[in-house]
Amino acid sequence: MFNLQLFFSYFKELVGREVTVELKNDLAIRGTLHSVDQYLNIKLENTRVVDQDKYPHMLSVRNCFIRGSVVRYVQLPPEGVDVELLHDATRREARGG
Amino acid sequence: MLLSELISVITNDGRNIVGILKGFDQATNIILDESHERVYSTKEGVQQIVLGLYIIRGDNISIVGELDEDLEARLDLTELRAHPLKPVIH
Repeated sequence: MFNLQLFFSYFKELVGREVTVELKNDLAIRGTLHSVDQYLNIKLENTRVVDQDKYPHMLSVRNCFIRGSVVRYVQLPPEGVDVELLHDATRREARGG
Repeated sequence: MLLSELISVITNDGRNIVGILKGFDQATNIILDESHERVYSTKEGVQQIVLGLYIIRGDNISIVGELDEDLEARLDLTELRAHPLKPVIH
């Protein structure tokens, strides 16, 4: 199976940053990344749904757990992406460690 | 952590189930007590359907949210209108 360890380490570096998680049901949730685990389950704090008028289903939720299996995209702050480091890490991974 | 707290679960088929968290495990299987489903529609306010004690299999869970008591108290569900959430498409 595809090795998720690299992305796990990567997301751990982003803890404390503001991210937007887009789910496979088209819901997009913005919040502060609180934690991530080996399944890439994500915990967000201070959350708000991006389009609250269309999706008022989580109006009284401020902290949430998102199952890794339903995440489509994670939108990151530009300064949170170290392209060189990711290049190196993915190349190393492609060579087989 | 959140045990005995009121939580809101959104399932892969787009349902919203609210209840008191009694237990969970590694696979995100969840036990909810005094649970009810909140059914959203554009024609009328949110309907609440009593479910009681429920076990939800982790495979079928999208989001687990902690319900903020103050925000919840201010929320008027009878005035809230929205399309039901779409199911998750993998």
